[in-house]
Amino acid sequence: MRHGSYRFVASFLAIPLALYAIFVISPFVQAFYYSLTDWTGISPKFKFVGLDNFKTLAHDSVFKQAVGHNLILLIGLPLITIFLALVFAYLLNVGGRANAAGVQGVRGNGFYKLAFFLPQVLSVPVIAVIWATVMTSTDTGLLNSVTKKIGLGTSEYLADPNIALYCVMWVLIWGSVGFYLVLFNAAMSGIPKDIFEAAIIDGAGRLATFFRITLPLLWDTIQTSWVYLAILALDAYALVAVMTAGPGGPDNSTYVMGLAIADNGFQYGRAGYASAMGVVLFFLTLIIAAVMLRATRRERIEF
Amino acid sequence: MTTPDNLSRRLFLQHAAVGTLLATGGSALLSACASGGSDDENTGGGGADKTAENPFGVKESDPLDVVIFKGGYGDDYAKAHEELYKKKFPGTTVKHAGITDITPQLQPRFNGGNPPDVIDNSGASALPSSTLATSGQLADLTQLFDAPSIDDANKKVSDTIEPITLEAAQLGGKPLLLNYVLTVYAIWYNKKLFDEKGWAPAKTWTEFLALCEEIKKAGIAPLAHQGKHPYYIAQVVMDMAVKHGGHDVIKAIDELEPNAWKHPSIKLAAEALLELKGKGYIMQGTEGLDHIQSQTAWNQGKAAFIPSGSWLENEQKPVAPKDFLTTAAYTPLLDGAKLPVDCTQIAAGEPFIVPEKAKNKAGGLEFLRIMLSKEAAGKFTELTGSPTVVKGAGEGLKLSPGAASSGALLASGGENNWTTYYAAWYSTMDKPIRSVFGELAAARITSDEFMNRAQKIADDTAKDPKTKKQTRS
Repeated sequence: MRHGSYRFVASFLAIPLALYAIFVISPFVQAFYYSLTDWTGISPKFKFVGLDNFKTLAHDSVFKQAVGHNLILLIGLPLITIFLALVFAYLLNVGGRANAAGVQGVRGNGFYKLAFFLPQVLSVPVIAVIWATVMTSTDTGLLNSVTKKIGLGTSEYLADPNIALYCVMWVLIWGSVGFYLVLFNAAMSGIPKDIFEAAIIDGAGRLATFFRITLPLLWDTIQTSWVYLAILALDAYALVAVMTAGPGGPDNSTYVMGLAIADNGFQYGRAGYASAMGVVLFFLTLIIAAVMLRATRRERIEF
Repeated sequence: MTTPDNLSRRLFLQHAAVGTLLATGGSALLSACASGGSDDENTGGGGADKTAENPFGVKESDPLDVVIFKGGYGDDYAKAHEELYKKKFPGTTVKHAGITDITPQLQPRFNGGNPPDVIDNSGASALPSSTLATSGQLADLTQLFDAPSIDDANKKVSDTIEPITLEAAQLGGKPLLLNYVLTVYAIWYNKKLFDEKGWAPAKTWTEFLALCEEIKKAGIAPLAHQGKHPYYIAQVVMDMAVKHGGHDVIKAIDELEPNAWKHPSIKLAAEALLELKGKGYIMQGTEGLDHIQSQTAWNQGKAAFIPSGSWLENEQKPVAPKDFLTTAAYTPLLDGAKLPVDCTQIAAGEPFIVPEKAKNKAGGLEFLRIMLSKEAAGKFTELTGSPTVVKGAGEGLKLSPGAASSGALLASGGENNWTTYYAAWYSTMDKPIRSVFGELAAARITSDEFMNRAQKIADDTAKDPKTKKQTRS
């Protein structure tokens, strides 16, 4: 009987696990293997070169630049996205009047939720094309003609190496805020309203309720969001590839690790070297996720 | 059935995972890697009697597998060529694929050892041909160029095509690529606009500056370029540099010679571009525009000149006004230039390859031989409006203003026309150099910084043990 139950349960899990092994585990294992070879990517023949790729990588100034850009995204993207999403979610939930019916969100919050969530429905290249058009570098560009009219002057946006990376970061934020807004909103509606009402009766202001009640009770959700956004910041490949000059320019100012991997693997014919970059990125992501989960651990509050 | 107590969740998952690995076959999993591994020699087709009519001994029954990059030229011309092939070998079947994502689709086939018989290896995701060449995956085209021509069996194929084709075919000392389309690079203007205003393209730098001033006063930007792809503006700088210093300037660059990028002619040309930017002769914001945006602005009359290749007219057909006369002009001569003004950069492009391990390699070579007949080449020009490397195949065809003017520039340049290969030969050098040209065009660096940075990239490429240095013939 015991033997039979193994087989019964295993039969359910075999197919999903097989798919996972073939399409997730096996590519990972292969990438680790190829990172130790001089594979060109388009030849069945290659040599084992040990750690040579990693040694070259340590002196690759372009890759170092790319890591730097990913780190800027890693700091800016989660901070700003979570801040904005929290503020908006809080306003939608408890931003309205407190009256006899209790604490309410702002009027029309369903509409706002939908509006904020909309970018999430669009695919990344569509978002990239839209924003590249909005931020056209000529004075007659969409955003430039508006800022010029209201006296704010013009900017070359993606053609200016000093701000191009921040333009890409802004689009990443714009595309993510909606999702985290809805996520936080759902988590907030899970907090019993009477807690807020009790606080208000005790004389707590909006800020105090936010910092003393909402934030601690949302901590788990925020922590998860932070890790997801960090992983997004370490990627950013698709936006950079579609929006920027080069891509990765001007003057490598928006070059990210994902782009370095694609360039080396598919254009320079250095798939082995690109795999080594992929391995570095893999461990970087793993370490950052682990550190973040550790550093932000708090006692869980049950309610 | 009850769940047995001693079957803990963790233990169970472990067992299931191991079971899965076994079920999918651990060894199969490891051998089914992305790099494949099958390296079986195959015969490469052929085997029939080799005659003047059938110099590669194609067996009529062997099927032919053709993959065409379906870009600006479409793939209708290839279907026409396949009809010619089928007419010659009625017993065969031709498998045709017109695609844009060459590398994603063909990479696994190369790695698996079953590549197609003919590939038009072009477009943004073309296979890196230098890498294919180093690993011996491309068929030697010597036998094609030495074979008798279809139009005249007394002539070799190599005598019926533009000489640049033979040089452009070289990769690692062997002819491996058949570049089929002849491209003329120029700066382009709207002849209708210029005639109305009484302007004409300038021959010297002083005249060019005066012309720019006049155009600027008329409220038009003298020059636009495709800033997101700085390779277009690079074409202007290099054309002025080569005309000033002669062909040796570009040959030294292509051969990765020390200090090739620090040639005085390159400095002059770089400073000329900086002068244009400094005097406000370059369209504001063009640094951030892609080719579609900038070329459309040029079609709308916002800019007078734009650099591009002879595909421009065809590319802009959907947006150009009906009476727009796309016309090719030469770049102006810097003082003390060695070459005359009426020559330009040309290139044999759209490389066709035959994989060494193709099942029907003989058929692939024969397909290329058919493409190099006047009938097939004329068909190409008729369908795409672009000239081919086949001599005299465009005779008698009615040409558009763009094609006629670039044809005239090609003819007037003659032996003085020049070409370059470094971007194709050294794939790791191409993109970084473009980026430096972008910085120069935006005037964020000086001409000296430009030369130093470009030279550093060239030196790094030369030092890299993985680089296979090439020499110009």
